[in-house]
Amino acid sequence: MEGFLANILNGLSWGMLLFLISMGLTTVFGVMGVLNFAHGSLFMLGSYLCMQFVRWSGSFWMGLIFGPPIVAALSILIERFLLRPIYGRDVSFQLLLTFGLMLFLDDGVRLIWGPAYHVVAPPPILAGVIPFFSKSYPVYRIFLVILGPLVGFSLWMFFSFTRWGKILRASAMDRQMAEIIGVRVPILFTGVFAFGAWLAALGGALAAPHQSVGPAMGERIIIESFIVVVIGGMGSFPGAFVGALILGLLNSFGTTWIPDLQMALPYLFLAVILLTRPRGLFGGEA
Amino acid sequence: MNHRFFVYPLLIGLLLVGLFTLPIFLSTYWVLIVTEILTMGLFAMSFNLLFGNTGLLSFGQAGFFGAGAYFAVLCLVHLSQSLWLALICACLGAAVLALIIGWFSVRLDEIYFAILTLGFGMMLFTVAHNWRSVTGGSDGLGNFVLPALNLVIWKVSISHPRHFYYLVLVVTILGIFLLRRITRSPFGLMLQASRENSNRVAFVGGDLRALRLLAFVLAGSIAGFAGALFAIFNRIASPEMLHWSFSGKAVLMTILGGSGVFLGPVVGAAIFFILEHWITSFTNSWMVFLGAILVFLVLLFPKGVLGTLITWVDRSGKGKQP
Amino acid sequence: MMQAVTPILEVQNISRNFGRFQALSDVSLLVPRGRLSALIGPNGAGKTTFYNVISGRYRPTTGTVHFDGEDVTGLAPHRLVARGMLRSFQITNVFPELTVLENVLVPLVVHHGASFAFLKSLARRNDWVEEAEAILEQVGLREMRHRVVSTLAYGDKRLIEIALVLARKPKLVLLDEPTAGMNPEETDRMIHLIRELADQSGTTFFITEHDMKVVFSVAQQIYVLHQGSLLAEGTPDDIQSNDMVKQAYLGGSLYAPA
Repeated sequence: MEGFLANILNGLSWGMLLFLISMGLTTVFGVMGVLNFAHGSLFMLGSYLCMQFVRWSGSFWMGLIFGPPIVAALSILIERFLLRPIYGRDVSFQLLLTFGLMLFLDDGVRLIWGPAYHVVAPPPILAGVIPFFSKSYPVYRIFLVILGPLVGFSLWMFFSFTRWGKILRASAMDRQMAEIIGVRVPILFTGVFAFGAWLAALGGALAAPHQSVGPAMGERIIIESFIVVVIGGMGSFPGAFVGALILGLLNSFGTTWIPDLQMALPYLFLAVILLTRPRGLFGGEA
Repeated sequence: MNHRFFVYPLLIGLLLVGLFTLPIFLSTYWVLIVTEILTMGLFAMSFNLLFGNTGLLSFGQAGFFGAGAYFAVLCLVHLSQSLWLALICACLGAAVLALIIGWFSVRLDEIYFAILTLGFGMMLFTVAHNWRSVTGGSDGLGNFVLPALNLVIWKVSISHPRHFYYLVLVVTILGIFLLRRITRSPFGLMLQASRENSNRVAFVGGDLRALRLLAFVLAGSIAGFAGALFAIFNRIASPEMLHWSFSGKAVLMTILGGSGVFLGPVVGAAIFFILEHWITSFTNSWMVFLGAILVFLVLLFPKGVLGTLITWVDRSGKGKQP
Repeated sequence: MMQAVTPILEVQNISRNFGRFQALSDVSLLVPRGRLSALIGPNGAGKTTFYNVISGRYRPTTGTVHFDGEDVTGLAPHRLVARGMLRSFQITNVFPELTVLENVLVPLVVHHGASFAFLKSLARRNDWVEEAEAILEQVGLREMRHRVVSTLAYGDKRLIEIALVLARKPKLVLLDEPTAGMNPEETDRMIHLIRELADQSGTTFFITEHDMKVVFSVAQQIYVLHQGSLLAEGTPDDIQSNDMVKQAYLGGSLYAPA
């Protein structure tokens, strides 16, 4: 019983990190139509910057507040100078360009911070464990499980009820129409891309105390968040939420129950969903 | 005089002469590198049969490359010491896998096809990585006796790099010739048509799924063949050879050389390895450079190095005409 | 009219819904063999949907389609093509980066059952090239056969649409607004071509068009679609004198600007 509950909590906490990064990925795809291979690297960069701020200031919160905006600023440059020239081209070129960016950033991080893994301690208030049946459970993970839905809910509110959110959704549906009614789409795209990057980096900063910070973390999470976004339905928030939860749980239960197959489970699940519902769970008709 | 009828055959002739005489004037080290370029070039060309010709971006091509590697080594370990049998096993095994995976994958296109093939490739990776009793797990499978090359009445050891180089050179040229044949066949035209406008192919009566499936199977079996050569060359089949990032290498090499040119992927492979050896001689961060080069190419030279060169040559050729 | 026993196309009670919107409701019509018929109607009347249903792109919500005496309801497009029903598209829908000749070779390869011949050489099939050139001659594009299609003028691209259709030696040709977007000169050329083809080949043509000048100068039989239902059918004279049809079009005149 307690093993089962621990699995659920583990799955949820990893799922929430996946949710944060997938929301950015799915927003960028929904509005701009770009599937960003480098999104995981932005997540990783968020982790590293958080770690760097913790080293300088000694406070996790400083990393959480100051790391993500730096990543967002960097991504403005990426959108403006690298992505914008190729919007008109085939989707595969966008995939390739961001793939190149991923290689650059993943190895660049190794160049700056070295190949070793680093550990970031959770802030004192979230450190330690709480009693959990006969054993104990880290407070930080519970914090993640609570935080994820909060962030998701506020984003959903933003998109559903604010003026900006509505403009974003309208532009996602019909770019030409948005331009006709006076939306400045290029600025909007830059903004959305930066926002997605900020979300990814936020996820990265939050992940820093949860797992070790290392150069391979981007590569792992990008594939998992691709899967989340695809099974949820590209551009769908509820889809990303459900997808992330499923993948988080598959991860934790798979590791305990069928460790040999755990690595293949997300892919198996992906294939089943894509073949039965080609546009994902919340993606409508193909 | 049109360049296409005069200059290119001449260049290709010179290239062939160069390749066949290469071991005479290059060190063993470079002979090994060219061997690697040829096998990886063939792999990249198999990828480009799908990408450049058919318009399908597969991120799971390494699954067939790696599967071919394992099939060949398993064949050498358990079945027989025949090199030919190992190569045939690799081809057929990879083709069967491609038939099964392709049957599902060709239903989708664009990004969905890319992600689904990535997923299937990673399932194969998991099998190679976790089925320790058969595949040796993450250590890979390397305990095999290097077979001799059996040319009917003449047995040649391939343990010498130069011998192995000639074997790889000949079979790669044969493989490239086969691919040339495919792209210039009626089927090849159908693939190009489905790249250009898949929907219209159906409305002139083409069976789009079946066309794509056959392309997928052919590409898979050629990738498996290249993988078998690669495993014998490296004396090991290991799980990384099936990982999606290995598929990414084929993608990279193809873009580097030019996906729209027949020999683009091989040229890309050559540039890739030469750059790698040059850059790693002064820094460990080869991927930083590679990433930057890829971004640069996509932005400024989407036709790749060879593609851009050919455009220039063609243009200057036309300029000279009266 | 010796062979006009069974109609080539028999559409019975076709309806097609998109969600709550009913694009076609209970349309039935017979297309006679060996003639040139036209489907007309104001914008949004459901012409393209009707085309998409009979050519296999959409499945009808209810109703059946019989082609050449056989039930073909819901068959995939490539199967309908194999039976001899070919269509063109309103928006130019060809293979842009192939040459004109290669474009026509695509349907020819399928026609000769060679789609999957991956070891044969296409360059050796001079007979197919000649066949393709003959088709290009018919539509007047032979001189341009080595040009890449994306470099051609709009009107010429539209002619390739026709060439792709002819290459399959169709029994029934569906042309979806063949003159859409053309200038008057190109339109005249297209009208001339369609008439010529219909006269020579004995092939049945069934076209949609919203340029009334085109319709009344080529069609022998006309069907009028309005708000998803069949409003009228008959000879051009019948249709021109039909009051309901006049009312359906803005301004009451069939020649009113669209």
